[in-house]
Amino acid sequence: MAKISKDTVDHIARLAKIPVSEKEKTDLAEGFNKTLTVVDELFKVDITGVEPTHQVTGLENVFREDKVDVKKMFSQEETLSNTKNKHNGYFMVDQILPVD
Amino acid sequence: MKLNKLTLKNAIDLIDRKEISLKDIYKDVNEAIEKNNKKFNIYLSLDKKAEETAEKEKNKPLKGLPIAVKDNFLTVGLPTTASAKVLDGFMPPYESTVTKRLKEAGGVIIGKTNMDAWAHGSSTETSDFGPTLNPRNPKYLPGGSSGGSAAAIAADMAITSIGSETAGSIRQPAAWCGVVGLKPTYGRVSRYGVVAMGSSLDSPGPIGKTVEDCALILNQIAGKDDNDGTTSSLPVADYTKNLKKGVKGMKIGICYIDNPKIKGTPVAEAVVEAGKFFENQGAKVDLLKTTLNLEKGKVLSHEHAIGVYTVVQRSEVSSNLSRYDGIRYGKNRSNFGHDAKNRLMLGTFTLSKGYADKYYVLAQKIRSLYLKNFQDLFSRYDLLISSPSPSFALPIGSLGDDPMFGELQDMLVEPSSLAGNCGISVPCFHDEKTNLFLGLNIMGNYFQEEKVLQAAYAFEQGTKWNSWIKMLKIKY
Repeated sequence: MAKISKDTVDHIARLAKIPVSEKEKTDLAEGFNKTLTVVDELFKVDITGVEPTHQVTGLENVFREDKVDVKKMFSQEETLSNTKNKHNGYFMVDQILPVD
Repeated sequence: MKLNKLTLKNAIDLIDRKEISLKDIYKDVNEAIEKNNKKFNIYLSLDKKAEETAEKEKNKPLKGLPIAVKDNFLTVGLPTTASAKVLDGFMPPYESTVTKRLKEAGGVIIGKTNMDAWAHGSSTETSDFGPTLNPRNPKYLPGGSSGGSAAAIAADMAITSIGSETAGSIRQPAAWCGVVGLKPTYGRVSRYGVVAMGSSLDSPGPIGKTVEDCALILNQIAGKDDNDGTTSSLPVADYTKNLKKGVKGMKIGICYIDNPKIKGTPVAEAVVEAGKFFENQGAKVDLLKTTLNLEKGKVLSHEHAIGVYTVVQRSEVSSNLSRYDGIRYGKNRSNFGHDAKNRLMLGTFTLSKGYADKYYVLAQKIRSLYLKNFQDLFSRYDLLISSPSPSFALPIGSLGDDPMFGELQDMLVEPSSLAGNCGISVPCFHDEKTNLFLGLNIMGNYFQEEKVLQAAYAFEQGTKWNSWIKMLKIKY
């Protein structure tokens, strides 16, 4: 039973910010539906009264000191050391608002 | 004998006794790398200054010995790509806790090993830099995702190595390459500075030549880390201390050998044989039945674990891979390979509005059933044994375009990985015709690494399957 159409793939691609070609959309939809067939088995399991598990060893409310650790801070030079687009000590990003 | 074939334990002892020099070890390790790295595609990057650094570390516990590290651990001075083009050329500005602790103990990172891109896979074929070949037989895959680290050990291109496991990624490549791989309990080893895959599952751990080597490395890397809130503050044992205590009086359960995928195959036979071995050593061994619904004393089938694992892992992948924007480091999101797109997009779907409860929360609820099942089993048994993989190493090209290849390969470890238990894979069979190996997966309850290592050591010493163990008895 096909559940994920090419349109859904389009929607997911926009949410995940992943560019996909027309051909890829078809392939991905096919792969997703194949995967979801296996996942569908889960709907048969009785989970009445069962709480979800997010942390397996039972840790709760792990806090740290609310203090600045200077040793963990990067210099501006280190911070910018891996970017290909910088300008006057800033990261350069794509324009997100249209120009009127 | 070439000194790159030394185990970590052996090398440490011989250096301590001044019977061999670090220089001689590096000479043989470098020679093996020179000869075979191109052929097997194991290291993505190498530290040319490793030997120079090593000389200064001689008096520390790890003696300056060369360690291979999976390329998803951030290492200052060595590129870190997680075998993904998106991170090609990335030079980490900080060090992962695991490699930091290894370096502090006198370990030297000789190079970074190939893996499935982003650790997504069980074959090393999804690497954006080409597959690694299995050094035991280059027509076959090394397994994955830590395939490069397991292959580095099998090819004696490092003295020991580090991998990471989400579900199977340490134990399956260890089994396929005929080496030893330990997946610690979730939270025993810090994930800080490891390129994240499934954050509620990821467990870094050692891949080495012997059980003792894995214990020696775990001693250095285990323990609370303030940089990873999910690490446990439980004290860390000296994992070498009780290694030789044996399994007498232990209760051991054999799991999954009634699974249709392995029933009647050499994989199941090897596990049953291992059960007999433990029985002869004084353990009480039971054959456990698999069940589809929770039943006391039975093992919950992997069947739903595949679905649960797929949903949890892809959801967490989508969240973790959302940070790669190509602005601060790395390349933009058009550079993700097919498999990464597949996973992160399906995860985006299972976390999206209207579907998060249906898929993600449902999966986390069924995950609770697996936890409950293992708590029940570990209240009856000290250890559980099974196979980390349903087969021997598969031929190169087996991945094909199956989006579920990895999940099906790892079906026998997914239940315990979802529960967060620890486990070790030790060689338990060698096929002389193909030169390929099978592994035995010995699983323990939370933070029972000591017990797991104890049983694995007894098995390794009492059987003939480990390639290096005899050398420990050679005098120099």
